[in-house]
This record gives sequence, structure tokens and C-alpha cells, in this order.
Amino acid sequence: MKRFLLKGILKDKGRSLLPVIVVSLGAMLTVFLYSWVKGVMGDSIEMSSNFDTGDVKVVTKAYSLQEGQYPNDLALLDVEQLLKKLKAEFPDMDWAPRIRFGALADFPDSLGETRAQGPVAGWAVDLLSKDSGEPERFNLPAAIVRGRMPEKRGEVLLAENLATRFDAGAGDTFTLFGTTMEGGFTFVNYTVSGTIRFGTTGLDRGAILMDLQDARAAFGMEDAAGEILGFLPVFHYDDRMAQEVVSRFDTLLESENSLLDQDPEYSPVMLTLGRQAGMAEMLVYAEAISGMLIFLFVLAMSIVLWNAGLLGGLRRYTEFGVRIALGEDKGHIYRSLLWEALMIGSIGSVVGTFVGVALVYIFHNIGFNFSALLQNASILMPGIVRPAITPAIYYIGFIPGVVSMLLGNALAGRGIYKRQTSRLFNELEV
Amino acid sequence: MTDNEIVTLRDLYKRFSAGKGLLTALRDINLTFGKGEFSGIVGPSGSGKTTLLNIIGSLDTPTEGTATVLGKQTGDLSQKEAAALRNHGIGFIFQTYNLLPVYSIYENVEFALLLQKTPARERKERVMESLQWVGLADRAQSRPATLSGGECQRVAIARSIVKRPALILADEPSANLDSVNTHHILKTMKQLNRELGTTFLFSTHDEKVMQHLDRIIYLKDGSVEKDELC
Repeated sequence: MKRFLLKGILKDKGRSLLPVIVVSLGAMLTVFLYSWVKGVMGDSIEMSSNFDTGDVKVVTKAYSLQEGQYPNDLALLDVEQLLKKLKAEFPDMDWAPRIRFGALADFPDSLGETRAQGPVAGWAVDLLSKDSGEPERFNLPAAIVRGRMPEKRGEVLLAENLATRFDAGAGDTFTLFGTTMEGGFTFVNYTVSGTIRFGTTGLDRGAILMDLQDARAAFGMEDAAGEILGFLPVFHYDDRMAQEVVSRFDTLLESENSLLDQDPEYSPVMLTLGRQAGMAEMLVYAEAISGMLIFLFVLAMSIVLWNAGLLGGLRRYTEFGVRIALGEDKGHIYRSLLWEALMIGSIGSVVGTFVGVALVYIFHNIGFNFSALLQNASILMPGIVRPAITPAIYYIGFIPGVVSMLLGNALAGRGIYKRQTSRLFNELEV
Repeated sequence: MTDNEIVTLRDLYKRFSAGKGLLTALRDINLTFGKGEFSGIVGPSGSGKTTLLNIIGSLDTPTEGTATVLGKQTGDLSQKEAAALRNHGIGFIFQTYNLLPVYSIYENVEFALLLQKTPARERKERVMESLQWVGLADRAQSRPATLSGGECQRVAIARSIVKRPALILADEPSANLDSVNTHHILKTMKQLNRELGTTFLFSTHDEKVMQHLDRIIYLKDGSVEKDELC
């Protein structure tokens, strides 16, 4: 009997090919949209991680309490030793010491008199080491507008907006006035090697990027760093993984007294991205928004496929009427209808998921470039967005694909099952 | 009920709810159909012909009275038991043929036997035999869409006869046929009636069908107006 029904499905394109195509499209769109939303949200968080928070960040306890002010007088000391321990304990992760600072930039005219002056917000990161991941993390090669990357000590990058305001360009020198770690006054001359634009007003307004060793020299921070950022070996931030790293770090601190300072306030602490200023809310927001979008899309797709299943079932009322007349039990017809829906839904979902996952992989590698649209954005948003590859993309398409087809056909079948047979016959015009 | 009786209807009423009231579709029906009868229920639209056929075919149950079909009271049967009764004892022929369009003629006829779980070899023999009776053995692999109306109705007859039911119910079988085809299918059915002893019960208001019937029951407003042998 099943062979007979299967033959019917295969012969009737309206019952086989068409529903399989519809289910495949639905499953494919679900997989891709899920991946897309996860990608957009994940990329935004990833950008915050790269620029500001890391996936985890090591600072002193005192620094963590005033993190927003980047208080370098509370910076980490003996950073090389700490970095060695971190690299040994977490070999899969990338660790990047950084110094954030505020200072005054003074641009002189040809006579050495002040031509332009203004506050700048600085990042000191490892720009010159060959194996440094920082230029890539800041996407610097692509962000350069004029000039080139710093190639030696004393060269810095200026935000393009800042450079325009100061009428400065590659090759110009300026003096940076600031405060040392000990609270003293410092001023150092630098050369602008190039200008950069990240595409976000927050960064482009007054950013200056210099090598970590230059900042250490300028601010009296030898073997010190305001913060050490840690990056997990995953494409998008994973809060659970980050929390595991923190917990292992806490255990490390307990066993390695040498890492602790005599004053507990200056001992290192590790914070996950989720525990840094505002990011917890951002994570919840991203989860909520992506969850809601995905739920709505899966629901909409489910309704479409449910409807397809329902219409497919209704279209066959005459056939069911004949089968009832020939003596087939209504329960058997109902079960065969569900069996067909399961077959069609499964085949469609497998095909749709396969195509959807393939598209996700392709566009994950290529990425969608929206940089031109984000030129004046004031929040940290990635210019290139990629769909995310997560375990869920392998099964999310089956929710609308199989479940909705089953539900739609079940509902259509209930119509037959509940009605009195003779009334059904009249309705079917059998 | 004697051994010869296929259908016995006693004090049968059928009422449907219509708005706030009740519509009596059949009233006080007392009829008996014997083995090998070739009878017809005749009457205008709304006289209750189809309702009566539905009750005899165990597709519906009487509101009052009893309908005994092949020794079983249809009102007492569960849905599964009624399906089994139809499966083994009753064949249906419809005015619109109702063949399954995606299957071949052979498969349409075979379907009735699949429901009975008949072994493959026996199935094949019986399907081909039925198609030979109706003169369509050479079209076994054709699709219904390639057949004329008369040929489709002959396939429907083959489908109903293939399981050798004791009773065949034919609801307006000639409604979509011209007089030549009507004559042919009636001739085929009459022949099957004679050779296999199958009871045929028609619902019709077609004069051409009535000419072939051995017994005609006239229904009017749900009651038997006349029951005469031809």
C-alpha cells in the first residue's frame, strides 16, 4: 500500500515536486535568515570586542572600577610575565596588551608655533611586531585613507576627520601632551604616517593610533599596560566560553601568587565582554532582537508552509472520498496523509538546509560590504557583514519544513476525520 | 431477514438539522433487496435517493429504524466496521467516475484489492479479468485523462466489481454519458449482474437507465410512493 501511495506522490508533481520546492525554499530562507541575523548581531559584538572590550579583558581591580576613564595610573605592571602565563594557560587564544589614553595634540606651523591644537583619544597597540594580530583586528590596511601604516617607532595614524580638522597629513609632525603613569607631565613628538577612517563617528572624531612601545615610553609605562585583551578562537563571541576562561584564570591566580600584587586593588582581574560597561545589555539586546526576528521569520515561514500543507490536503478531498467509498478506514487515510507530509517535509527540509548551509558558507567567506552606507554611523557597526555559521543552521530549517507541513496536513486531515462520512461525501460531490 | 436478502430497511427515518428545525429526508422506509436484484430508486432531486443510498452504503446511519446490509445493522457499526463492510461487501459507482487521475487504469482498479491486502499475483489476475469484462484490458496502462466518459465509467465499474462485492450502489451512473454509452454500460452491468449474481442498486432519474431495471422504487419527499417490478 505504501508503495502504491509513494508511486502516486511521485507521479503527481503537484503532490511531490511542487511541495518539495516550496518546503526547500522555506527551509533555505529560514537557514539563511537565521544565519544572517546571527551574523549581523555577532559582527556588531565582534567589532566591540576587537576595538574595545576583547572577548575577555585583564585589568587591575582598581582600573576595572573606573574603566570608562582609562586610568593608566591604575594600569597592570609586570605585563610580560602575565602575558607569558596567559599564553601558556590559554594557548588557543590571542592576547593583546593595550594602553588607552587621552592627550592634547599640538600641530605646529613652519615656525614651530602652534597652528592647531585639540584633544585626542588614543589607542596604543602592537603595530610593529610581525606576528601582531592588531592591525587586522582594527582592519587597518582597509581603513587607511592617506599615507601608509607606521613602519617604525615614532610614527602614528590619525583619524581622517581629526587630520582634516588640523589640516594635517602624512609626513607632518606634531607634539602630544599627556600625563605619565605616575602623574607627571609628558610631551613627545610624533610623525603622521597616514590617516584612517573606521566609518564610525565615535572613533573617527578624534582617534590616534600608535605603537604600544611608543606609548609606554611616552607615559612612563615600561612593562605596563592599561589592559590586556583576550580573543577566543571562535568567529563570534561566546559568553559561556568566555566565562570558562575567566574561571580558569581565577584558579590560575589562586595557584600563582607571583601574579598577585601586594595591594589587592592592583591585582589582575579578568572580565568577560558581557561584564564590561554596557555590554551585558548589548548582549541581551542582540539576543532579544535576533531571537525575535528569527521567531517571526520561522513563524511566517511556518504559516506559509502550513498553508501549503493545508491546501495540498484540501485539494485531495475527492481522492479521500473515493478511498473512503472503496472501504479505506479514515484513520488509515489520515495516517497516510501524515506519512506523505513527513516524507515531503523531510526531503524538502534536507534539500533546503543543504542549499541554505551552502549559501551561508559562500557568503560567510565573501561577506556583504556595507561600508559605504556606514560612513556617518555613530555606533560601532561592522562595514562587512557575514552570515554566522552555528550548529543551529543544520536543524533550524526543519522547524518550518517538517513541523509545519505535518501540522498543515494534520489540520486538513482532521477535517475529513471529524466530519460525518455522508456529509463529507456530499461536500466532495462524490 | 432471509439468506437471500442483501438489504433490509425497516421503519427507517433520516432527519437532518436545518437551521432551528429538522428536515426529514427519509420517512418510514420499509424495503428489502434480494440477491441478484437489478433495481433502481427513482425520484426528483431532493426526494432522498442519495441519502438512502448513503445509508445502504454504510456511509450514513438512520435516525430511526434499522438498515441491515449484508447481515449487519449499519447503525450499530463503528467507523472501522463500516469501512470493512464497504471494503468487502459494497462497490460504488459515481456519476463523475472519480478515478484517481495520477494512476493508470490498472492501478485504479487494483487499489480496491490493495485495501483487501490481496496477494500480488491474484491481484493481477483479478484486475485484468475485471478490465476484460468491461472491454478495457488493452488500455490497462493508460491514464484516465486519455479515456472518454463512457470508458471512464467502465473503469469505475471494473473498480467496483474487482473485489466481487455482493452489492453495487450506482449513483446516477449515466448522468454524464450520452445514450450510446449509457446503453453500453447498462448492458455491461446487466451482464455482470447475471454472471456474478451481484445485486445492483441504482439511484437515477434517467429514463434510459430505467428501461434496463427489473424493479423501480419511486421516492417522493422521502417516502416510497411506488415499488413496482418491470
